[in-house]
Amino acid sequence: MATSAPGRPAAGDATRVDEEALGLGDTSREPTSRTRGDTRAAYLFLGPYLVLFIAFVIAPAVYGFWISLHDYDYTLPGKPWVGLNNYQKLIDSDSVTFENFWNSMKATAIFTLASVPLLLVLPLLVALIMNARFRGRNFFRAVYFAPYVLGVAVVAVLWRFLLDANIGLINQYAGAIGLPDDTAWLTDTPAAWVGLVGVTVWWTLGFNAVIYLAGLQDISVELYEAAKVDGANRWQSFWNVTMPGLRPVLAFVTMVTIIASANMFGQSYLMTKGAPGTETRTAIYYIADTGLRNFQMGDAAAMSYVLTLLLMLLSVGVFWLFRERNE
Amino acid sequence: MTENIPTNGFSRRRFLELGFGAAAASALSACGGGKSAEDVAGGGTTSDKKFTGEYDGPKVTLSYWNGFTGGDGPFMDQLVKDFMTENPKIAVKQNTVEWAQYYQRMPAAVTAGKGPDVGVMHMDQLATNAVRKIIVPLDDLTESIGLTEDDFTPEVWNAGIFQDARYGLPLDVHSLGMYYNEDQFSQAGVEEAPTDEESLMAALDKLQEVNPQPFWMPSRWPAHLMFLSLLWQNGGEPYDAENSKATFDSDAGVQALTWMTEVISKGYSPKNVAQDSQYVAFKNSKVSVTWDGIWQINDLKAAKLPFALAPVPQIGSTSAVWANSHNFYLTKQAAEDDNKLQAAKVFIDWIIKKSADWAGAGMVPAAKSVRESSGVQDTTQAPIAAQIEAMKFLPPVPGLGDVTAQTFEIAVADAILGKRSPAEALKDAAGKGSQLMEANKQKFGA
Repeated sequence: MATSAPGRPAAGDATRVDEEALGLGDTSREPTSRTRGDTRAAYLFLGPYLVLFIAFVIAPAVYGFWISLHDYDYTLPGKPWVGLNNYQKLIDSDSVTFENFWNSMKATAIFTLASVPLLLVLPLLVALIMNARFRGRNFFRAVYFAPYVLGVAVVAVLWRFLLDANIGLINQYAGAIGLPDDTAWLTDTPAAWVGLVGVTVWWTLGFNAVIYLAGLQDISVELYEAAKVDGANRWQSFWNVTMPGLRPVLAFVTMVTIIASANMFGQSYLMTKGAPGTETRTAIYYIADTGLRNFQMGDAAAMSYVLTLLLMLLSVGVFWLFRERNE
Repeated sequence: MTENIPTNGFSRRRFLELGFGAAAASALSACGGGKSAEDVAGGGTTSDKKFTGEYDGPKVTLSYWNGFTGGDGPFMDQLVKDFMTENPKIAVKQNTVEWAQYYQRMPAAVTAGKGPDVGVMHMDQLATNAVRKIIVPLDDLTESIGLTEDDFTPEVWNAGIFQDARYGLPLDVHSLGMYYNEDQFSQAGVEEAPTDEESLMAALDKLQEVNPQPFWMPSRWPAHLMFLSLLWQNGGEPYDAENSKATFDSDAGVQALTWMTEVISKGYSPKNVAQDSQYVAFKNSKVSVTWDGIWQINDLKAAKLPFALAPVPQIGSTSAVWANSHNFYLTKQAAEDDNKLQAAKVFIDWIIKKSADWAGAGMVPAAKSVRESSGVQDTTQAPIAAQIEAMKFLPPVPGLGDVTAQTFEIAVADAILGKRSPAEALKDAAGKGSQLMEANKQKFGA
């Protein structure tokens, strides 16, 4: 879905993409007038990707569903069929997995709700500044993008020590300027959420900012000039020119950010280990533990499907929100 | 990756021990004897050829996996090199993987036929991997090497047996120990390493003049190993003898965990000690006493810290300390090729006999003859080696490691962080643990 998002998310999207791929240009004509040859050429061009898509997305997804219907441990000879039992366990409050799973879903939800708004707004502000003309702009751009090139392990280990309640620099400095110096950034909620969200924002802000920046540079200067002529102030021109111009980009950034946040794993795995207790253990973290560490692949696959389903519903919601409105 | 990183303990051993704690859990029930999958013992048949200690087949390459990513790595590298010089027909290809990932990757690799022929794993992982038929019995090797129970302590020796077949040969044992800062001890006027609760508390009181908070109580690794040690000292057991019920919420367990939380409430430790903080603080002389695994010795030596190692004090009514053991195993992959199988046995035999060198890695050699040799007596860990009778291991029960990781590890963390009372946290976790153990019994066909 991410690949099609920057285009137009409206209903006619698919045909448009086809024609663009074929270089047919004028998309305003009725698409029905195309000849058979066109369709075949289209399939020819789409074919290679389709093969990859089927081999690496569709097939594993179907296989994963198959796994989710078994008590599946690949090292054991018997992988008994259990039907929907793995799914039932997720809605049966007496099962061991029920509480763990929904707690981890809750952790994911908290993280997503807290991080997505910040990751939508802050990078936009940064992008607006980056888009202005001033000395040292390239340096500024690089500085904001720099953390993104680091791997999650580097980021997490770095911050795990900076944020440590007893030996960390953050508390040390906070104490030095008279703030509380015993905040448990890694072992207590809500402080741990502040830590995890803060680190994630610091780390990935640059990526969203660069996408926004590209979007901003796409907005024609004439539109701003026209707005100026009409007497729009800066706020009005931002709201009526910049924002509509950014809408496709915004839809893309929103989707990608939600999915990335909902898939958060490394930060809590490395920084908090899910502490306190399992409060910051996210869904992916729990799924990985269940499937890869405990070898309960059937359970893990079922959980993945539930998570996927919820994310799909969420995506539909986001697309609906950013749909092209005819005013 | 961890060798040059100051937080060595963190990356390597911690991770190790997490997997390991999980793993450890399975080893704990060891004494109960294997009670799982009935058909396992017959799973991998070892060769009929008699083992002679010599390899006379064609040239062969052995794939050898271990998790010695830290200060112990160079010692194993050297052993492997020496082995190849002496046995030119056998090439050993070493693959070192962090323990935390080891127990995920190794079964997958063996299942795919691309795993090790021979390797080292923690004792408490043996049963889990035996029931999965990843590793094969090596009873004939034991006989031909001439090792018996007398060469080890019964606990270490018997823990390698699962369903009447031996799956692991112990290379070493390693336990929790008490590290202390010698400079700070002499500054505070503490002359001897504390050995019981009274002397420990007296020492801590004196040490408070040097370090206001001399003994930090970790919330994560190795907190659950401290808990286990104290639980055993109080006469408790984490799991019942039938391995069907979690019993760590007994009075012994509640007492153990309460004692740990009191270290904080009495002011010897700050609150909210996160993963590894206590170890890093100890390395930086901000902590005077810490309980940790003996494999940290080389890391602390490298940090040039004036430290010494003593046994964990006896807080409860008996002396006991959590321990684990590195064991050699053979995989079903090696069992399919007779030459590899023979070569692998020669390799295991050779390394175990050289395990005195392995003591340099901070471990206590498992074989008694080696352990009591002069080379080992001079090491930092000698006081621990002398305590081998007090070492307690988790029983070899398939899947028990996962139970530990999901239950009392979390309960201990919750109590240390002050989220819940020790009794409440343990009771909840034990309920969950019993459920998981029942599920494991079904899964592994106990």
